[in-house]
Parts: sequence; structure tokens; C-alpha cells
Amino acid sequence: MLVHAGDELDYRLEMIQVADDTYAFIGEKEDFSRSNGGNIVNTGFIVTDTGVIVIDTGPSLLYGQQMREAIGRVTDKPIIKVLLTHHHPDHIFGSQAFADTPVYALPGTLESIRGEAQGFLDNLYRMVGPWMKGTRVMESVRVLEIQHENIGGHALEYITMSGHTAGDLMVFDEKTGVLFAGDLVFHNRALTTPHADPGDWMAALDRLLNMDFRILVPGHGELSSSKDAVEQTRDYLLWLESTIRDAVQRGLDMNEVMQIPLPERFQALAVISSEYPRSVIHRFPVYEEELLQ
Amino acid sequence: MIRLRQLMFAVFFLFHPLTLLAVDTLVDPLDSPAWAVMHERILGNEPVVFDDRVTVMTPEFAEDPMNVPVSVTVNRLEGVQSIVIFADLNPIQKVMEFKPVHLKPYIAFRFKVEQSTPVRAAVKTSDGVWHVGGRWIDAAGGGCTAPGAGRLVDNWHETLMNVTTRIWHDSGHLQRLRLRIMHPMDTGLAPGIPEFYIEQLNLRDDSGQTMADIQLFQPVSENPVFTFEISDEIKSKVITLAGTDNNGNRLDAVIR
Ligand SMILES: [Zn+2]
Repeated sequence: MLVHAGDELDYRLEMIQVADDTYAFIGEKEDFSRSNGGNIVNTGFIVTDTGVIVIDTGPSLLYGQQMREAIGRVTDKPIIKVLLTHHHPDHIFGSQAFADTPVYALPGTLESIRGEAQGFLDNLYRMVGPWMKGTRVMESVRVLEIQHENIGGHALEYITMSGHTAGDLMVFDEKTGVLFAGDLVFHNRALTTPHADPGDWMAALDRLLNMDFRILVPGHGELSSSKDAVEQTRDYLLWLESTIRDAVQRGLDMNEVMQIPLPERFQALAVISSEYPRSVIHRFPVYEEELLQ
Repeated sequence: MIRLRQLMFAVFFLFHPLTLLAVDTLVDPLDSPAWAVMHERILGNEPVVFDDRVTVMTPEFAEDPMNVPVSVTVNRLEGVQSIVIFADLNPIQKVMEFKPVHLKPYIAFRFKVEQSTPVRAAVKTSDGVWHVGGRWIDAAGGGCTAPGAGRLVDNWHETLMNVTTRIWHDSGHLQRLRLRIMHPMDTGLAPGIPEFYIEQLNLRDDSGQTMADIQLFQPVSENPVFTFEISDEIKSKVITLAGTDNNGNRLDAVIR
């Protein structure tokens, strides 16, 4: 979809039903661009008897508004709660469209929003332009302090993890077996690593391998009804870290590490040709620091 | 590959008024609006050829404009005297001048970019000709005019000029030297922070012979890390490193 000046901006959000009462919006497996308007992310919602729980709000005010309209086409129940899985810009900037609803996130997420959201927003205005119109950094995000909650017939578990960022929230619905995994899991799309702690991320993925869920909604890429997406994320993360660490120890420079051929099993991952060099830029200095101690 | 005859043509045409007829090694392959100015200011209008034996590697996009990795490699070019690295569209264009003397003509480090710009290496050979290679890097901006990360923690003075090194010196493998020097490397372009940067580095062997000379400029990244390539010819057990910054701070280190 190409966007021209004067065109009406429409994300054309298409929801899919994941399970009873449970829906997701699946974004493009792409980088931010003016043609996708930043819709590169998965968001979702659960319709309980009491009201609707929204999980992540997308990249812009407009996305949040159009998501809200789409939710309104499924249910007339009120939106009672918004949960943010982590602080990355594609997941949070639609929150302004839910200003009448309490928005919750983990303490680590709040701290990162305070430090980085303005910079993210400036970048997004530059990358997706008109789609961001009116989007501001939201002021009132609250700390999520509970681990369990029964809302309108749904027993929800809020699982605190980290590794993709300093605060990664997963939402598990015991009633439907649906797990909203946030960006701890990518599916057929290369990982983003600007705030990664690979040790913590691996621990989170190991825990996911031992969890019983029916359907996993990853932060990016298609739904998964098996452990495949978790295993793929884990496989790539392990390869990424060992490749970069090993190359630093052998004396390669950063540009040489970017030239390392990708194993065949990762070549089909979306946007890997741009994400892999980015990951080298994020991770190389960490291993270089170890080397130069 | 540039043959001698082509080179003679190149030098001839450079001083000839009919430069429109120039061979393609005289046309800036990066089509930079600032090339003529760079040629004059940085290379003193001396004879130039664009030469694919000079390889400049960078990522496509400057993910972190404060730390853009650049690697320069020179292959099959004899008599390398000096390698000048510059970025046409940076507010401060000249990044480094590296005289490899007894090291291989290779260097890797990180530097700051302010906007999308050509990044070039000009290699002067003993016949007085500059061989120029380069590429564009796409950047969102802000690398030169933002204060460095160390400025935010404010304990940089405790480690100023500290050096850490690593050497790979096994024959048959990659033979390299990596060194990091703790320094804010302020460009002078961030509001309220005057320029403060390492100007000179000198590597010597144990007989006191210069192995390499490096002149640094403001765009080199904070706490710079350099990778050099050494060779079997270097028998020295010890390499000494000396340097100064523009405020007269000195560093002396021994690399074993
Ligand atoms: Zn993320």
C-alpha cells in the first residue's frame, strides 16, 4: 500500500479471532515505513463479561483510534484496562486513544518510557510521518502490581519477565489457553535487540518451553499453536550471541561481523538483512568490553 | 584495477581544462555535492583517482550515529604512505589520518555522523597520487552535536587516557591489535561543551622505530577503539603507544 499526500490514512486493521472472546491484530513483518504507518506489530484484546482488556496499543494515536473502532464492532462492552507488554514504540503510542481507561505496565517498562519515549516518538515522526499526527508521550501509565486477576469470567495471569527489554509482560488467559507473549517471542521475523539481555531472554524462553498454552500471540509474526515460535526465537538468539561473541574473540571488526553469512535456516526470517547488522551494532560493543577488560 | 596508462591519463586530465572528457576514474562515483570542496580542502587538489582497491565498509544505516563502524582495507596497492578518512557532509569532515608505516594498510574504528554522508578513504601512494574509495551511509542525524554518553555520568575524568589492549599474534591466523583509549572525544559542536579530543597517537616497536602514526580529529567516537593489522615481519615483543589530546594530556602505554 503506497501512501500519497491527501490519501486518507487507514491502517485497515483486520482482526483475527484467536479463541473464544480473544482477538488479535497481526501487523506486517516489516520495518517502520511510510507505507505501513508503523503497523509492524501485533496487538490484541480479550472480551470479558465485565469489559474489554486491551493488550498493547500500536505505534500511533491513529492506530489506537482505529483499533478502538474495530473493538467496538465486536462488542459494546466498555474497555476497562490497557496492558503494555513493554516500552517499545510500536507497542505503546496508541495508548492516547484509551485515555479514559487505566493503562498498566511493569515498573521496568515505566522507567524506560520515562527515559526513552520522547526519543522514540521523534524517530517515529521521522520514519512514518503523517501517521503519527497528534501522537504524544502518554503521561499516566500505572504500575501493574498484581500477578493474577479474575475479570468477568477470565482468570488472567500476568507474568513478569525481562530479556527483550528490562520489563517484559506476558498475559496468559487460563480460560482460553491463549498466551500474549509480547516481544519475548518473534515468529518468522528476525528479533530486535536494542535493549536485549540475552541471558534473561534465554531464561524467559526456557520457561516458555515448559508452559502449557494453546495458542501463542507473538509480538511480531503469525500466531503459533505449538512451541515452534518459541524454539525459533531461542535458536536465533543463541546463534546471534554465540556468533558475535566468537567473532569478537577472534579479532574481527564490526563490519566484518556484519558480513558473516546467515545460516540457511534463518535466511527466510523477515527483515533479517536489516535486523542482523543492527544486532551486531547493539551486541558487539558488549562483547568487546569483555575482551578489553 | 587501474593500469598505469589509465593513471597517467587521469593525472593528465586532472590538470587539463577539458576535464569533461575525463576517464571514469575521475568522476566521483558517489556523486557527492561536496566532492570538489573535499578534493581541495582535504587532498590539497592533488592528483586523485577513484580506485576500488580502497575498500570502505560501513553498515547501510547508522543505527547509532554516535558510533558508526568504519573499516578501511587497501589491497594490491604498493607504496601506501597515508590513509585519510573523511565524511563529505559532516560538520567536521576530516576523521583521521593514518600512516601505517610498518602495519598493514587496514584500520577499523567508530566515528560520529551528523547526517547521511559519503564516507571516504583517500590513500596516498609514493608517486603522490591519492587513491579514493568510499560509500554512502544513511543516517537520521545528531551524532556530532549531541553530548557523549560519558558526559551524562560525569566520571570520565577518572579514567581519562586509560588504555586497554588485546593482541592476536598467531602466525597463520588473523594478526591484529585492538586498543581502546578512554576519552570523551568532544566535537565542540554540542552546546556548552568545548572541543576535547585525542590528536595524536604513535606506535613504536622495542627498538624505538615508529610502527604507525595516527592523527585523530573530533568525529572519532567517545572512548575510541581501534583495530590494526600486524604481520609476521613484526618481531617486537613489546609495542609502545604514546599520545596527546588537544588539552595537553598525555598517554603512554606498553602493549605486550
Ligand atoms: Zn520490542
